[in-house]
Amino acid sequence: MLNRHEIFEKRGLLLTVAILVVVAIGGVVEIAPLFYLESTIEKVKGVRPYSPLELAGRNIYIREGCYTCHSQMVRPLRDEVERYGHYSLAAESMYDHPFQWGSKRSGPDLARVGGKYSDAWHQQHLVDPRSVVPESIMPPYAFLDERPLDYSQVEAWLKANRAVGVPYTDEMIENAKADLEAQVDPFSDIYDEFLARYPNAQIRDFDGDARQISEMDAMIAYLQVLGTMVNFSTYEPEENYR
Amino acid sequence: MSDKEIDEPTGVETTGHEWDGIKELNNPLPRWWLILLWISVVWSVVYWVLMPSWPGITGYFAGVRNHSERANVDAALAALDAERSVQMQQLLTVASIDEVEADPQLLQFAMNAGASLFGDNCATCHGAGGQGFRGYPSLVDDAWLWGGTLDDIEKTLHHGIRSTHPDTRISIMLAYGETGAFSADQIDDLVEYVVHISGRDADMEAVARAETNFVQLCAACHGADGKGDQLQGSPDLTDAIWLYGGERKDLQETLYYGRAGVMPHWTERLTDEQITALAVYVHSLGGGE
Repeated sequence: MLNRHEIFEKRGLLLTVAILVVVAIGGVVEIAPLFYLESTIEKVKGVRPYSPLELAGRNIYIREGCYTCHSQMVRPLRDEVERYGHYSLAAESMYDHPFQWGSKRSGPDLARVGGKYSDAWHQQHLVDPRSVVPESIMPPYAFLDERPLDYSQVEAWLKANRAVGVPYTDEMIENAKADLEAQVDPFSDIYDEFLARYPNAQIRDFDGDARQISEMDAMIAYLQVLGTMVNFSTYEPEENYR
Repeated sequence: MSDKEIDEPTGVETTGHEWDGIKELNNPLPRWWLILLWISVVWSVVYWVLMPSWPGITGYFAGVRNHSERANVDAALAALDAERSVQMQQLLTVASIDEVEADPQLLQFAMNAGASLFGDNCATCHGAGGQGFRGYPSLVDDAWLWGGTLDDIEKTLHHGIRSTHPDTRISIMLAYGETGAFSADQIDDLVEYVVHISGRDADMEAVARAETNFVQLCAACHGADGKGDQLQGSPDLTDAIWLYGGERKDLQETLYYGRAGVMPHWTERLTDEQITALAVYVHSLGGGE
């Protein structure tokens, strides 16, 4: 058989088909089982799609290339768990398109940064990183504070995410704009409705400036939700050993 | 391959392929390369047997080692806990700072654990040495907003200040200017009053005008003498320590916009023992009561 390669080498189409077959084996073995094997699907409670404001913040996070220096993946290693908290679960990034795991850590991992610092700290740190962390090499993002958030496309953002599998309902898409505005307004008329759509979402004026919804609002809302969705007191690690 | 033509100058067999009279030599693969190839083929089979590998219809082959990264890290953490358990248990039941200080081994353990936790979690706001920044209190001085005993520090760490925890420490410096409670002139007068009680030269006429407002409103939290109240987290206005700056324009800003710095709560992120260790460390930074 080893001497028959001439059969393939002299027939371009046959060679192409044969290459496809060989490459497909890898896909069938490694990808296909993820769709039907029960054990590859993690059972966790609490993970919900991002609220419109958080999603807007995520878009800014990607636009500014935060992922080039910050990972969002606490790996299952002792020292990482000691420093950052519970190792990241696959389910925690199931609504991330694309995921932000990353592998470059010029800055610290951000997978569990939500709730770790105050909004005011995040704001000050983004405006002038060295004013709170003198040894930081992070560039300043002061413009986020002044620039109003452009959310005219918010419904389209949700729709795009739904197209790739995030379970945004028609109701969520219809109310996307109102929900985005409601999250920065603790006195909003749709406070309860918003919370019903996005359980445990944090509602407050994130940048402390009620006059406009800035990109800073969106950014801080996103940072404050990172890694906070899963309630680890109800999480059974043994069931998810793999 | 039918004909095994030998290339004359080199004496090597050719592949029989020919392009415009140029022929390809059929040199064998380097031996070291072939050996590595076969070793890796054999190794892949060994790996399939040892480690989780092939998927099936209802599950996957877990490998004879039954390897799991998550089980490994849990085991590693359990081993770490076991190593620390004696001192951690002691910290859990410790009642006062004296008790910790009486046991040099426990004190050293708490200090080391606390220093490492401080670096990971607290230094970001309070500074690497706990010196603080504008808006983030210094932990090395004797001024404590919410109390500097071990218990006070622990409670602050557990519940946070104006955090999302239901038992959070909470109080607020209202935005007296923004809400219209005080006029700009009244604020200016109050600024002079605060400058005066903190021992600096002030416009005494303004101080006299502000006295009623201070006594009626400010004194409720800051005390009639302006020395603050740790039960309410209200700062002492008579010392030279200012969280948001003590210059006239800083004080104006504070009175106009109010202040409500937030410290997150750490109950969910750190264990009770870790919080005690951290409190011992913070207590030692300078101003522990």
